[in-house]
Amino acid sequence: MAQQVPLAEDLFTWPAEEPALIGGRSSDGKIVFPYRSHKLVGGVNEELERVELPRRGTLWTFTGQRFRPPSPPYAGDDTPKTFEPFAVGYIELPGALRVEARLTEADPDKLHIGQEMELRIVPFGTDADGNQTLIYAFAPVGAEEGHGDGSE
Amino acid sequence: MAPSDVAIIGTGLHPFGRYPGKSALEMGEDAVIEALADAGVEWSAIQALYAGSMEVKNPEAIVGLLGLTGVPGRAVFTGCATGATSLAMAANAIRLGDADIAIAIGLDKHPRGAFSDHPSVSGLPGWYGEAGLFLTTHFFGMKINRYMHDFGITPITLARAAAKAFRNGAANPRAWRRTPMTEEQILESQYLNYPLTQYMYCSPDEGAAAVVLARADLASKYTDKPIYLRASTLFSRREGAFELLSPSLPLETAPSPTVFAAQAAYEQAGIGPEDVDVAQLQDTDAGSEIIHLAENGFCKDGEQETLLAEGATEIGGKLPVNTDGGLLANGEPVGASGLRQIHELVTQLRGRAGDRQVAGTPRVGYAHLYGAPGTAAVTILST
Repeated sequence: MAQQVPLAEDLFTWPAEEPALIGGRSSDGKIVFPYRSHKLVGGVNEELERVELPRRGTLWTFTGQRFRPPSPPYAGDDTPKTFEPFAVGYIELPGALRVEARLTEADPDKLHIGQEMELRIVPFGTDADGNQTLIYAFAPVGAEEGHGDGSE
Repeated sequence: MAPSDVAIIGTGLHPFGRYPGKSALEMGEDAVIEALADAGVEWSAIQALYAGSMEVKNPEAIVGLLGLTGVPGRAVFTGCATGATSLAMAANAIRLGDADIAIAIGLDKHPRGAFSDHPSVSGLPGWYGEAGLFLTTHFFGMKINRYMHDFGITPITLARAAAKAFRNGAANPRAWRRTPMTEEQILESQYLNYPLTQYMYCSPDEGAAAVVLARADLASKYTDKPIYLRASTLFSRREGAFELLSPSLPLETAPSPTVFAAQAAYEQAGIGPEDVDVAQLQDTDAGSEIIHLAENGFCKDGEQETLLAEGATEIGGKLPVNTDGGLLANGEPVGASGLRQIHELVTQLRGRAGDRQVAGTPRVGYAHLYGAPGTAAVTILST
């Protein structure tokens, strides 16, 4: 039977009651996303610690994507006819970093810098084995689960 | 001003636009022929060649069209900063004594639509492209959105920058977009990437440009109006800079590479922003031009709102910017775009810009490029 699988390994904890994005922390306290196993820190090739990133943050900036991105590389299930515009933004995760993500709310009039946002794991496409792929996104806090129209 | 050991003695342009059936190399050939005629030198006199292109893997193959003289020919690519790099490398060949006369060439022919590639070419994971995030245009929308929020820039200022570009394009017989547009038309066109609308973006297109350089002490043999190369700098991004194609950014921020390229260039030239008479700033979109005015030291963050309202960046203003219509009116053949800027500055500094000529006797020209993967370059020229 087809399963739900993350779009890529090590993006977020899954399956999980409360999924979180996965980052890599070096000994100087700095965090990178996406997770990678090692990084040069002060001239030393350091192994990074896997850490879960905060699930909530604030919208630092955003924009919209009106047309279906060139495919490949884009691998959404939609077609140029069924494509729905989406928004992209950076969410400032306190104490961690700013992460770039799709937003569940596409209408720029319903988004503003500084807005409280929370992590959602949402269906995205279909992989080569027929599994439904899942991607991380951020929703305005209080937005209905599963709709993504931002209504409160 | 610091002395200069390299002079530009000729420039040529194959106008940017769409040319079905004509190859990028053929456009490059036309640009080189024009530059050689402008410099008054024969092709066989060129002793070093640096050619930049994004779509043509071996742009130095242009020698097959121009004549097989055995000239050392090398390909150059640094994204949108390619034109500055080919110019700098040609100048360095002269400084090193490898050549007395060298040429920098840029040529490109992009397919229609947004640039597209596999994320791995930029060191990014495959899922980033699958997810629809591998688009440079997102960065431009997000950077100006945040900038407007932080510094009180409003949409009319974006529209003013775009309207100026099309006005300058209309005055430039070799521009691609030559139809003036009102600020209302620009604001009312659809969003491509909020808050940027369709007419606030440049498009990839086709074209070529070429610049002939010579040892400064030989320049007067070829031209009575040599234009001297005073500075050329290039910097990549630093940790914390808000740059294109970044899946994440650290909380601690750093200035854009443009800031470092500008500071180093002013230092090399021994001048300051107040000495610049005409500037070409990377205007991938209207927001970029506004941000780059501040990052290059021409104003403080936020002052653009008043400056553009006063017409400061118009051809008749105190700092004319993108006098040939910039990227917005010419499009961007990536390998050639930086040399188009140089062509325009040389044209202005020689007083040959016709309807779009900057008044008085402009002495100092400034060219700035910025693009993926977070690279900025600055070139300063003077009479």
